[in-house]
Amino acid sequence: MSIELEINGVKRQVAAEADTPLLWVLRDELHMTGTKYGCGVAQCGACTVHLDGQPVRSCQTPVGSVGAGKITTIEGLGGTHPLQASWVKHDVPQCGYCQSGQIMSAAALLAATPKPTDADIDAAMSGNLCRCGAYQRIRAAIKDASGELAVTAKA
Amino acid sequence: MYIAPEKTRTPSGGQGASRRELIVGAALVGGSLLVGCSPADIMGAGAPKTDFGAFGPFIKIDADGAVTVMNKHQEMGQGNHAGLSAIVAEEMDADWSTVKVQHAAANAKVYANSLMGVQGTGGSTAIANSWMQLRTAGATARAMFVQAAADAWKVPAAEVTVKDGVVSHASGKSAQFGDLLADAAKVTPPKSVKLKDPKDFTLIGTERVRRKDSLAKATGQARYTQDVYLPDMLTAVVAHAPRFGGKVKSFDDTAARKVPGVVDVFAIATGVAVVANGVYAARKGREALKVEWDDAKAESRSSAEMLADYHRIARGELTPSDDKWAPFTTKGDATGQFDGTDVLHATYDFPYLAHATMEPMNCVAQVDGSKCKLTYGAQGHSLDQMAAAMVVVNLPGAIEIETLFAGGSFGRRSSWDSDYVVEAVQIAKHVGRFRPVKLVWTREDDMTAGHYRPMAHHAVAVKVGKDGYPAAWRHRVVVQSFAKASPMMASMMVKNNVDSTTVEGTAGSPYLAATPVVDAQVFTPHSPVTTLWWRSVGATHTAPVMEHTIDQLAARAKIDPVEYRRELYRRAGEAGARHLAVLNLAVEKAGWGTLEDGWTRGVAVHESFGSVVANVCEAKVIDGEPRVRKVTVAVDCGIAIAPNQIAAQMEGGTCYGLSAALFGQVTLDKGRPQQTNFDTYRVLRQNEAPQVETWIVPSAHPPSGVGEPGTPVIMASLPNALFAATGKPVSSFPLVKA
Repeated sequence: MSIELEINGVKRQVAAEADTPLLWVLRDELHMTGTKYGCGVAQCGACTVHLDGQPVRSCQTPVGSVGAGKITTIEGLGGTHPLQASWVKHDVPQCGYCQSGQIMSAAALLAATPKPTDADIDAAMSGNLCRCGAYQRIRAAIKDASGELAVTAKA
Repeated sequence: MYIAPEKTRTPSGGQGASRRELIVGAALVGGSLLVGCSPADIMGAGAPKTDFGAFGPFIKIDADGAVTVMNKHQEMGQGNHAGLSAIVAEEMDADWSTVKVQHAAANAKVYANSLMGVQGTGGSTAIANSWMQLRTAGATARAMFVQAAADAWKVPAAEVTVKDGVVSHASGKSAQFGDLLADAAKVTPPKSVKLKDPKDFTLIGTERVRRKDSLAKATGQARYTQDVYLPDMLTAVVAHAPRFGGKVKSFDDTAARKVPGVVDVFAIATGVAVVANGVYAARKGREALKVEWDDAKAESRSSAEMLADYHRIARGELTPSDDKWAPFTTKGDATGQFDGTDVLHATYDFPYLAHATMEPMNCVAQVDGSKCKLTYGAQGHSLDQMAAAMVVVNLPGAIEIETLFAGGSFGRRSSWDSDYVVEAVQIAKHVGRFRPVKLVWTREDDMTAGHYRPMAHHAVAVKVGKDGYPAAWRHRVVVQSFAKASPMMASMMVKNNVDSTTVEGTAGSPYLAATPVVDAQVFTPHSPVTTLWWRSVGATHTAPVMEHTIDQLAARAKIDPVEYRRELYRRAGEAGARHLAVLNLAVEKAGWGTLEDGWTRGVAVHESFGSVVANVCEAKVIDGEPRVRKVTVAVDCGIAIAPNQIAAQMEGGTCYGLSAALFGQVTLDKGRPQQTNFDTYRVLRQNEAPQVETWIVPSAHPPSGVGEPGTPVIMASLPNALFAATGKPVSSFPLVKA
């Protein structure tokens, strides 16, 4: 069946069964490869995207359930999000495979909580696995970016 | 008697040597008809003739003067893109900010790992084996630019200087690499070049050496195997036998073929392949498939039964006919030494561990007749080329490999049997016509496919002298050997029936060097369950065994565990010198002694892959589970090229080891793995990760690796911290029981 999706502000038509996970529509139909497959059961967070601003695991989001919801993927951050600059500044990635999901979870956190505490970071980020163990740099980069976000908001 | 090579301080370290031997073995067997050829010649046989340009196979220079370094290794997170390109930039005096790096093609003739003989990444050797090679390449390119400038400006070459990609002369003349490129490319490369004195390094060892791939990885633009989409590409999944050693008896694909998007279903050596348009259709096709399995030769025991067998073997109550006890360190007469009351007995159990890389195994293959191209996160290039060549019947060097980033490996992507690569090639061969096929393993495929860190059991008895220190040490290790799983590997990696990867870290331990009488032996029972190197390999069990035993001995002698180690390192002499230095640095930076609120400190020190690491961790049991809040690491890895990335590897290695120590285990029920995904194979999460602080021992020695050596130390310091709190020794892993 043909389904219309709004992804990163652009309307896209895709041919997919309604029960197909959004992850595989993004990847196999649209070849938007920034969103990663890690577990398929919402345990690792590598596939995190935003649906109407909320972080969701796209591997457990049937494409037929999205409707008119606005989808934002890592590509939608445009490379200019303060978190992305902070990720580079702190050399957060190692293998890098989980980082799209980490950044999407962190972006949702900062949007809701501009100055997150350690407990806020634990709560928002513990669904995103990093087998390379870049956790302390992820935490530092979020805190650093939260300062930058505050400055941007003032300007 | 086996003496581990670590103490000779070869850049390869113990495991590097093992892997080198393994791959040389592979090459020799594969090329047994080509007597007289080097392994690189054999693995490179059939490689296309390539013009690498004026500056050789490691350096490309664009018209604008931008330098690109070709990385012959796999960048799987360990940061060698940064470290290797920094070595070139340093000797070339290139502008580091514009230096680029990319993965090189597979070609053993030019890109062999000089510590392995053929192309491959492992044993924490990437920096160590490239050190002189890339310094020479960079210095040679620099000399060519200097000569070109000297000729153009008619000044002596000795008066020409280079800094940040700008070539200058005191007369005021200056030029960019790009300006001189055409002339420099015509200069005959000098036969020998003078390398910098390390004290003159301006880039190496500084905070400026940072990753080159962080932006690509922070924007979703870095390309992994999973991200390959080629025209007309198919996606394949495979129904694998539920038990190790199982085979397809029969299958019914009627329903599978009716699934929309499914293109073909066929048997391959390891199961039944379902080929489809996209992952979702392929998976649905596999779900609809009915397969009957032949388990006649499959593992049918539970892991608990296997471990019980290991205990009986260690006690001498069971001796399976497929192996015999092999001594690996023997000193003095151990007869009757361990019967008295002055003996400490300790046993340890270690489960199977999955690597659980974030990107499950996958590979894109294209085959047309004997022509074959692979696009994936290659780590064992030459071994994979040989394995693929055997499927398509070609020379190994003719197998083209385009290397992409790997979403983690920890050893998994370089498997001795090239398992997932061979699957992809078999499927692409069946599909034919060079049509691209992406083999996708689901998380469940990946986690149940074995190649685990082997299950292990250690039984230790130490006779304590009147001074409280070891007088005699008996050590029994029961562990599967992956080297012995293949006759080819066994022929090269196993000496006197000892697979060095099963005992490294006990063999070569400074504690055994400090003990007058030693009787250490290993037994390697067979199972169809496949095992493999797993970040830091043998040290994953030998480090916790040696270090936790030392803490128990220190407690028995009522001596502080730091002081106890210092004394043993002194007794060990040269074998303990670097251990003593990292121990002292870690303790100095971490502090030592009693903490508040029930937190306790634990210390451990271990050498692997030529590097020595100590750490002090702070731990406490909270809500029934051990937590670690801080880890202070000291590392001696020779000359530190990229301090920021050394720290990253100590942070990551510590988390990887901590995850395994706390939670990691694959258990079998009637031969079937019980953990299939992250809901049952628990791994460390953000809220459980400690703060890791890294201190580097200044060194003038050639660099050794950092990818693995940080991992095993936390697996030892954490049990020691818990022992300090409770007085109860740890005897089995993981610490958190499911």
